[in-house]
Amino acid sequence: MKTKTAVKKAPLLSREAKDRTITYIMMAVIFVAVQLYLASGQAGRSFKGLLVPTCVYILAAISLNLVVGVSGELSLGAAGFMCIGAFTGSVFSIITSASIPNAAIRFPVAILLGGVVAAIFGFLIGIPVLRLRGDYLAIVTLAFGEIIKSVFNNLYLSIDKNGVFLSMSAEAKAAHVFDLETKRDIIKGAQGITGTPRDSSFVICFVVVVIALIIMLNFMDSKQGRAVMAARDNRIAAEAMGVNVTRAKMTAFVMSAFFGGVAGVLYAHNLSTLQAVKFDYNLSILILVFVVLGGMRKMRNIVISTAILYILPEALRALNDYRMLIYAIVLIVMMIVNNNAAIKAMVEKLRDGLRDRAKAGKKEEGGEA
Amino acid sequence: MTKRIIALALAALLSFAMLTACGDKQPAATDGTTASDSAVSDSTDATGGADEVKGTLVIGCIGPITGAAAVYGNNVKNGAQLAVDEINAAGGVNGYYLDFKFQDDEHDAEKSVNAYNKLMDEGMQVLMGTVTSAPCIAVAAVALDDNMFMLTPSGSAVECVANPNAFRICFSDPDQGIGSADYIAEHQLASKIAVFYNVSDVYSTGIYEKFAAEAAVKGLEVVTAQAFTKDSATDFSVQIQKIKESGAELVFLPIYYQEASLFLEQAAAAGLETKYFGCDGLDGVIGQLGDKAALAEGVMLLTPFVADSKEEKSAAFTAAYEKAFGETPIQFAADAYDAIYTIKAALEEANVTDPDIDCSSLSDALTAAMLKITVDGVTGSMTWSESGEPTKTPKAMVIKDGTYASMD
Repeated sequence: MKTKTAVKKAPLLSREAKDRTITYIMMAVIFVAVQLYLASGQAGRSFKGLLVPTCVYILAAISLNLVVGVSGELSLGAAGFMCIGAFTGSVFSIITSASIPNAAIRFPVAILLGGVVAAIFGFLIGIPVLRLRGDYLAIVTLAFGEIIKSVFNNLYLSIDKNGVFLSMSAEAKAAHVFDLETKRDIIKGAQGITGTPRDSSFVICFVVVVIALIIMLNFMDSKQGRAVMAARDNRIAAEAMGVNVTRAKMTAFVMSAFFGGVAGVLYAHNLSTLQAVKFDYNLSILILVFVVLGGMRKMRNIVISTAILYILPEALRALNDYRMLIYAIVLIVMMIVNNNAAIKAMVEKLRDGLRDRAKAGKKEEGGEA
Repeated sequence: MTKRIIALALAALLSFAMLTACGDKQPAATDGTTASDSAVSDSTDATGGADEVKGTLVIGCIGPITGAAAVYGNNVKNGAQLAVDEINAAGGVNGYYLDFKFQDDEHDAEKSVNAYNKLMDEGMQVLMGTVTSAPCIAVAAVALDDNMFMLTPSGSAVECVANPNAFRICFSDPDQGIGSADYIAEHQLASKIAVFYNVSDVYSTGIYEKFAAEAAVKGLEVVTAQAFTKDSATDFSVQIQKIKESGAELVFLPIYYQEASLFLEQAAAAGLETKYFGCDGLDGVIGQLGDKAALAEGVMLLTPFVADSKEEKSAAFTAAYEKAFGETPIQFAADAYDAIYTIKAALEEANVTDPDIDCSSLSDALTAAMLKITVDGVTGSMTWSESGEPTKTPKAMVIKDGTYASMD
């Protein structure tokens, strides 16, 4: 719907608007194709099972792209925000699962809550972090991600009728006297959370991804977004033009944290178990790989690269022992191909050739690609 | 234009993905059935086709065969394959053969659910898994939705078997913690105990918490509890120093063998002279230490299985395993071996004669049968209660002359 109105309003679309339209059309096509495939009854369990995690990683990757691609700052703490979101959302869902039995109300609240809490932390962390640049920023975000992971790894949260017990030490928990009948362990240190309701579904996750895309793409086209990109391309010039660089970057950083948190909530509600160790730097790097391979610019390229890279190791399951080896090789090859000048020139040539043929064949129509 | 190129590339990639997705069914199926096929020909050769054996029942298994916990997955895979081959060679179960399919989960809950879905696509009827605790809990929730019978050989967290359709072969973490404290107190091994555990690990913290509680009851003094995390699992000098200063007589190690071997090396270098006591995670420590195996001398562990046991069943299993795979089995292999025989016993008890039975009715039948059977396995004689926990006695072992020997 969004796209239609955009098309009607401006007969001559700006480049950005055209770009957005293509992205929305692509998402719509993917959604319809997946739904048709599901309705056809051909879809196997693996396919259905991969839909939600793929959406989760797409969301995590596009939110990281706000920092890495749009702001041009290397962040290695993406998993940290996911972790905050995942734990906040899970705890909320578990506590309220009795009082709000309807998942249609509970789950959106959990998503928003997870996002907001992650955004608050994003803001607090952004204050010191965004004073740094380049490698320093990367290292601080890495450290932040590790701190978050360690905190949740040592966190004990229980409730009983007397109230809430929250501690960082197993000894304190052992010493605390609980009302055993009403005691519920919610976060159990390294053992994490178990029993999160499995509310995530493909449709919900997909809708969240699309909403995130709409917000992010509009942000990129807004005054703030342009300021962020200007600062990325030339910070001194941008500052000289009166752009408040820190503020602009902070907006992108907080937004990235928000959607990272949302991705965490969706992740946690897809599995019934959640451990903080999952959100280690490997996960941050994995998401960064999705972003880098997606070209760090256009959101839709990142959507595509994430989908491919996430599904690839699962599609390679037939190769058994060689699976992870092949995955690594594919990763290396794709990185090289993505960055090779000769290959880029070849693609350019191919594109020009196609364009010429398309122009030539315009009257005949339909035959080509 | 760009989008055309992208569209083309995408289409090509997607079709490639589809091809691999469709294509893998073929090799996977053949791969999975080769074992039973060869067994089929073997048994028909042997028995001269006396009884007609029809169809196969698919047992799925999930575990890590890549990544840090790979040794467990590999041992479970091999142990289970050994049992399946033996059963098929002897003519199968109730007139059909067993087909064993294995999928890797990299010790990750999310990948484990993916692997479960993959196995569902391949027609899994019974789940023997998963191997490690955290993935097991995630898979258990999905298996409950499908009413898929699951028997985990080694998922030791309490929640692994919380559902009515889930059972396990190994001891639970709390049982190991309590069992260790009881054993130490009963045999008066020490009164001042230091604990060294992995605070970022479910298994380790699960045992530690119960151990600490039970030790207090039994009058053992835990003088210090030193923790490490997954990310700091290489240098333990600070913790060893603290343990040394605490004056502990025994160090309780509810950790896995990789870290334990590092700990033993560094403790020896630091001159720590205490007794060591561990749980089933220590199994495999001799192999990990390699030519420094002398460091493990005198280490005690509570485990249901040891490779060099003189007991007839264990000895036969170890010999068969070594012959088939060229390495000494650890406890996980024995658990898996027992798990397959437990499934066989349950199938026989429930008198499941149709190998094409759907997983839900099979689950109901097997769940009921599990409460009635007694399995005399490699890891001891077991019966099950509705809680899904096995009843069996742990054996205390001590490492002597480079091998495990019984302490009793």
